[in-house]
Amino acid sequence: MAMLLGKKIGMTQVYDSEGRMLPVTVIHAGPCPVMQVKTTETDGYNALQLGYEDVKESRKKKPQIAHAAKAKTTPKRFVKEMRLCDKAEPEHNVGDSLTVSVFEEVKYVDVIGISKGKGFAGVMKRHGFGGFPASHGCERKHRAPGSISSFASDAGHGGNLKKGKKMAGHMGHCRITTKSHDVISIDTERNVLVVKGSVPGPSGGYVIVRSSHKS
Amino acid sequence: MKTELLDAVESGSLKSKVPHFEIGDTVDVSCRIKEGAKIRTQIFSGTVIARKGRGVNETFTVRRVIGNEGVERVFPLHSPNVLDIKAIRSGKTRRAKLYFLRQRTGKSVRLGQRHSAHTVSK
Repeated sequence: MAMLLGKKIGMTQVYDSEGRMLPVTVIHAGPCPVMQVKTTETDGYNALQLGYEDVKESRKKKPQIAHAAKAKTTPKRFVKEMRLCDKAEPEHNVGDSLTVSVFEEVKYVDVIGISKGKGFAGVMKRHGFGGFPASHGCERKHRAPGSISSFASDAGHGGNLKKGKKMAGHMGHCRITTKSHDVISIDTERNVLVVKGSVPGPSGGYVIVRSSHKS
Repeated sequence: MKTELLDAVESGSLKSKVPHFEIGDTVDVSCRIKEGAKIRTQIFSGTVIARKGRGVNETFTVRRVIGNEGVERVFPLHSPNVLDIKAIRSGKTRRAKLYFLRQRTGKSVRLGQRHSAHTVSK
């Protein structure tokens, strides 16, 4: 299992060896210093705490600055934990730096990001409902959800709505994982990882990249 | 940094040298075609009527009339499947997009010849 923190740079297209054009996302991944090593003895589980991108000390609180100083690094803007297998000992020490070369042998990665906020969205956009016809006498309800319950269909609920009923509401700006992106290329010099397809979030948004279970 | 990194990724897909050709040129485009396991080269010739896009997305449109039927093909300029572009003859044009040729038939499809250095040498 390999994991890195990074930033989505943007999307572009590249050609593969057979001349096919591929849609790719460019991710600036790492270098991520190991800020803390958690072990089963001390914390009950094994994990590495990684940091990404420097931040001014004045933007962080004193405990966070001291925490970073322990690992002989500067405070980081984006800090996340990478959970490890509980049986094996963590291979890395505090202060080690993980770079994009951890993905050299990896074929597929999962990318986790915060999706773009869509605001208050209707059911057609949020849940893919079909809506109603544009014509044939349909009036003032072209994008409406339709009936949300009836006494008969919700027997036992006492005429209340079923829990989890799909309705309009806030959409986006939530954690999304996209799985099994092909790793197209790695640039260790520029700390760049290129993956196939689109990843969640805006350009400049922070992402977590980890090797996929598929590989 | 953002565009720098994107450019660096794209640069791997760009051709180092692209043959010079202009709008209105009659060109022979050699393209690689895969038929099952066999790979062969096919030549599509016609008039360049448009060039669009930038960087790795740049494409050009070649139009020719085959048996009274207009045929247009859009080639990605940097595609590895586009092996060569040979400019045969320059046409006299006053605009960057020659879409008006689509409305024309017969002899009026032809453009007046312009003597240009990049085609004369061939």
